This record gives sequence, structure tokens and C-alpha cells, in this order.
Amino acid sequence: MVPILIGITIITFAAMHFAPGNPASLATDMNLKASSQTHERLVKLYGLDKPWYSQYFSWLKRVVKLDFGDSFKDGRPAIKKIFERLPASILLNALSLFLIFAIAIPIGVISAIKRNTLTDKALTFFVFIGYAMPAFWFALLLMLLFGLKLGWLPISGLHSINYSELSFTDKILDVSKHLILPVCASALTGVASLARYTRTSMIEALSQNFIKTAYAKGLSENTIIYRHALRNALLPIITIAGLSLPALIGGGFIFETIFAYPGMGRLGFDAIMARDYPVIMATATIAAFLTLLGNLLADISYFIADPRIRHGGK
Amino acid sequence: MRNKLALLGTLSIVLLISLGTFAPLLSPSAPDQQNITERLQAPSQKHLLGTDDLGRDALSRMLYSARISLTVGIVAVLIAITLGTLIGMLSGYFGGATDTILMRFVDVMLCFPTFFLLLMVLAFLEPSILNIIIVIGFTAWPGVARIVRAEVLSIKQRDFISASKLLAVSKSRIFLRHILPNVFGPILVSATLGIGDAILAESGLSFLGLGVQPPDASWGQMLSAGKEYIHIAWWLSVFPGVAILITVLSFNLLGEGIREKLNPRK
Repeated sequence: MVPILIGITIITFAAMHFAPGNPASLATDMNLKASSQTHERLVKLYGLDKPWYSQYFSWLKRVVKLDFGDSFKDGRPAIKKIFERLPASILLNALSLFLIFAIAIPIGVISAIKRNTLTDKALTFFVFIGYAMPAFWFALLLMLLFGLKLGWLPISGLHSINYSELSFTDKILDVSKHLILPVCASALTGVASLARYTRTSMIEALSQNFIKTAYAKGLSENTIIYRHALRNALLPIITIAGLSLPALIGGGFIFETIFAYPGMGRLGFDAIMARDYPVIMATATIAAFLTLLGNLLADISYFIADPRIRHGGK
Repeated sequence: MRNKLALLGTLSIVLLISLGTFAPLLSPSAPDQQNITERLQAPSQKHLLGTDDLGRDALSRMLYSARISLTVGIVAVLIAITLGTLIGMLSGYFGGATDTILMRFVDVMLCFPTFFLLLMVLAFLEPSILNIIIVIGFTAWPGVARIVRAEVLSIKQRDFISASKLLAVSKSRIFLRHILPNVFGPILVSATLGIGDAILAESGLSFLGLGVQPPDASWGQMLSAGKEYIHIAWWLSVFPGVAILITVLSFNLLGEGIREKLNPRK
């Protein structure tokens, strides 16, 4: 896990440094009054005159102590800026993940049980559409329909303007309303791909010999499907869900920008546009760390769900 | 049923490619011809898909966009497939340290929120069509490499490879004549499905302003420009998305069709 994390930070760092232009020239080019001396001073200040690998190592040394440096933009610690935004992003991603499971698994299971019927074909059709649809366009359509035409839901931010005056329950209601559209938009692709995997996995589980045995024993249809088949079908899905985290976090960069959502993705996007190196590196590191943490959780759930692994193959 | 859908996908791809190729003949006006007096007009007989904020005909722009989106998708995937196949085959065939190093690198790439990398590199380079193609191509190969490696590992064990080795067939010949044709199927499937993903990535990047730059048009960039007028001009936020959806769907249907054909058991 740690080597992967280091690998990711090296790639990000290298990509950033081999790209033309640096924050010092960005800061001075935009300002006609800035002399070349100012430029030199900025380069020295940021350590940009040293080779990239030595910059990387000094960065790494500081990061071990959780010091990601200060933002070029406002001089505040990068890690502090991220921690301010992190809860909102985690809330959005956790809700999306929950929605993905809640919708995709039933769709996949129903499709598999009613394999090759009209129901299955209709569900598969929608799953294919969902998979091919650009999720940011889906977000636009949601804004257009529920935000503008019907006026039911707010289309940007996380709070209303009068948020601080609201009572506690109204605050929760207000935040929930703001969350509905971003959560739905960011869940779309995940729902489509997980539903497909669930269908395949479930069909495979239903064709196993122990299912035939269960039928032969005279168990009820429901017991067979939910206790015997589904449990086995869910195993590979746990891994898939873990692997889908990078896409979910990556999608955050689009959705948080579209919905003006105050999360880490938008912070990262703004940092990229401003070439705010410390914040970019901190965002990449935290995003990678969350992804790996998700994969670790998937492995642990796998361990809990699969008695064969739990009992060490005995 | 699946084969009919794959056929539908193929026909639709052929149609899209022809629309893009013959865009100059088919479009009612030049894609960048502005007409301020006709700005933000709703779809009508004169402008079937309406006009944008500069009075340009949206249908014409969409036809020209087809060229760019398809080119980006196909060329980026060619790059990804070439890299992925090469790395996957090296990794699978030689094993050992080569394999370990290459696959650890693949692990890193697959754990990475790739979209972040795309955004970052494009923000630093000048966003241009060539750069988008290169950047998408260079980030999309790890999945291919992993599939190819797994295939090579299983083919390597087969008897006909041992037989070739006994006959003292050269390594490069075994590689090119015996192993490569056998991994061709899975590569074709991931290439077809990859085109859809690449087009989605391009449209996402263009939507955020880091992809295709004006005056060139791409569907994602049209959506990005249309978003500013979402309150008053819904058509600018709807039709380009439909085009992306149909294109990606067609490639996915074709890809699934090929997969089914190659692997009838599933």
C-alpha cells in the first residue's frame, strides 16, 4: 500500500514538473510590474531551481510529518485547506456509494433471476444507456429538469444563503436538498457498471452445482436466491466496488465544479488551474490515500464475507 | 438478440463516421459562421438544432464535432492498445523482475484517479487536440496491459508453444506468429470498448475547458459553452449530449457483441 502511494506521488510530481511553465512565471507573467528579479526570488523561495527529484525528496520528507507546505495562492497550509473541504467530499462520495449499492444490486439480481425475459432486456437497456451517458451531461439534464424547469431543488453549493438562520432540522433538510442532485449525478456511472457486474456474477452463481443441490433439497426459491446465490455473487462485487473508487473520486473533479460544491475535487481543480503545486500534490496524495483505504476496506469486507478465506482454506 | 444490437452499433458507427467525413456537404452553414441577429434561437426549420450564443448553427457544429470526437477516440485507443499490448506481452512472456516492475507500475496507474492526472497534464500543456489524444492514450493502457498479460500467461502454457520451442522456433517468431494472434480477440474487445471511454474522457475534459479549444468544436466543449445559457437555451445543453451518448453506446454495443462472439459460453 505504501509503495503504491509513493508511486502515485512520484508520477504526479514528475508530471507536474515536466510540464512547461511554473508558478513563479505564472505569477510574474500576469503582472507587468513584476521584474525578472521578483521572478528569481519566487523561484528561490519555492525551491524551483533544484532538479525535480531533489524537490520530490524534500517534499516527501516534509509530508511524512503531514506538512504539505503552504498554498501559493493565499499562503495557508495546503493540508488545512484540504481538511476544510474533505468532510463535504467524503459525505458526497459515501452517499453516492450507498446509492450505487442500493440501486445496482437489486437491478443486477432481478436481471439475473429473470434472465432473457422482457424485464431483463429492459433493465439491461437502461444500464447500457447509463453506462454510455456522460455523467456530467446527466448532471446538466438534472439541473435543467429539477432545478430550472420544475424548481424543486437547488443546483449549486451545499447551503442556502440564509443557512445560519435556520433551525437544526431545517439545516439538515437544506443540506439534504442540496445533496440530491450531485449525489445522483455522481452515482450514475457506478450504478450502471455495478449492475452489469452483479448480473454476470449472479448468473454465474445461479449456475453452480450447489444451487442445483439446494433446489433438489426442496428449499424455497427465496432462500436459494438470497441466502445461497446472492452471498456468493456478492464476493467479486466487493472487489469491483473497491476498484471503482478512483473513478468516483476522479468524477468529483467534474461534479463539484458543475454544482459549485465546496469539496476537495473543486479545490483540486482550482489548484490545477492556478498551478498551486502544494495544494495539487496534497490533493493527489489524499485522493490516492482514500482510494487505497477503500481498497483495504474492500479486502477486509471480502475477508468477512468469504468463510473460505476467514478459515484459511481449512 | 445481442448480435442484432451489435449490428445496430456497427451501422450507427458507420453512419457517424460518414456524417463526420461528409460534414462540409451536409451542414447547412459553416460551423463558425456567426450571425448575431439569429443568436440563441430555438430549434426551427431553418436551424434544426437551434443556434448558439454567437448565432452559429448548432447542427453544423455538431457535424464537425463528430470528426474531432471520433478521431480523438480512435487515435487515443490506438496508442493505448499499442502500449498496453507491448507491455502486457513483455510482462507475461518474460515474467520475473520485468513482470514485477511493470505490473507494480500498472497497479499504481489503476489506483490513480486518472481524471485528475488528465486534468493536470492538460492544464500544464497547451490544451490542443494532439495533446488530448496523447494524454488519453498514455493513461488508458494499463487495463489493456493487464488483460494481455493474463492471456499471454495462459497461452504460454499450451502445448503448441512448447512444441514450437522444441522445434527451435525463434523467440520473436513465437511472440509474433503464435502468441499475438491468440491475444488478438481480447485486444479487439478492449479497443472497441476503450473508444467509448476515450470519447467520454475527451468530452469531460472539453466540458471543463481543458480539451478541444474554440473555434474548434467538440460535443463536450459545446455542452460547456451551452451550460452558460442553460436557463434560456435548453437545446444547447441537450443535443450534443445525445450525440455523445449515441456514439459511446454504439461502440459499447459493438464491443459487447465481439466479446460474446469470441466467448460464447458467458
